[in-house]
Amino acid sequence: MSRPAEASALDATDRRIVNVLQGGFPVSEHPYAEAAAGLGLTEDELIARLKRLLADGALTRFGPMYHAERMGGAFTLAAVKVPAEDFERVVGIVNGFSEVAHNYQREHAFNMWFVLATERPERVGEVIGDIERATGLKVHNLPKLEEFYVGLRFEA
Amino acid sequence: MSDLSETQTLTGPAVDEIDRRLLAAIQHGLPLVPRPYAEIAAGLGVSEEEVVARLARLKQSGVVRRFGVVVRHHELGYGANAMVVWDAPDDQAPALGRCLAGFDFITLCYRRPRRLPTWRYNLYCMIHGKTREEVLSNFEWMMNRCNLQNLPHAVLFSRRRFKQCGARYHTEKKTDHVASG
Repeated sequence: MSRPAEASALDATDRRIVNVLQGGFPVSEHPYAEAAAGLGLTEDELIARLKRLLADGALTRFGPMYHAERMGGAFTLAAVKVPAEDFERVVGIVNGFSEVAHNYQREHAFNMWFVLATERPERVGEVIGDIERATGLKVHNLPKLEEFYVGLRFEA
Repeated sequence: MSDLSETQTLTGPAVDEIDRRLLAAIQHGLPLVPRPYAEIAAGLGVSEEEVVARLARLKQSGVVRRFGVVVRHHELGYGANAMVVWDAPDDQAPALGRCLAGFDFITLCYRRPRRLPTWRYNLYCMIHGKTREEVLSNFEWMMNRCNLQNLPHAVLFSRRRFKQCGARYHTEKKTDHVASG
């Protein structure tokens, strides 16, 4: 699998920004100026580069990653065995739910895996019931029981 | 260790109404202006100082898990990702999970319930890499290092990604937009 074109468009400074700012962003009156100083850039330059990285799609977002459970909400992973010929229809239905945060097709009999993020814990069961009724398929709810690691950092 | 009880103790005094409005206001991203917190504060009708103090507290209490750039890993060249699952004896799962969590190519590692008879696996981790070969070689290495060779397992490579929005906070349902597809 070759490296996508977007990735090669990042220069060394972009990579440094991505790598450093995945770890954190200052919470202060002039956060861009503070972060820029650490990177050896000016505030304007950092803001301009972040705008470009967002526009190019290298960054999904610039801001917070929440811990859904600690806000009183809930998160779960769900798995579905979708008949191959029915996949597109089911994907359309599932992605139509605003609680579906991401959805992956994977190589297995359980070929659809999506994450639900809901504001209230009770909503998880309701949404799963709604998805089962809408698709006619069994949805397996696989909430986390124990967390060993959440890093989700990528070297650019 | 019950995750639910851990979560409840850590939550302490729940996030209040202003916290909720603040979290909703920044969920799609921070304004790219020199004083982003002042802009958010103006929208909420509070002071910049209060926004800064609240965000610092939300970070410290772990409600905001991380604050910074959220990468689209596929666009950074991480084109291969596999969810690897094991059927680990319940009494061994915590130690095995901690072993797996020590590798730098692992991005997530969890224990989840089995759904017998159709799904026997209870230990999950996510491996990202630039190629499938890289993912598989890391998987083999990790399996040997943690002595997992004899446990039933499966490697589920991703084929397509349909949504990658991250956890959203749905207070502003009507204005919610799908930021990425």
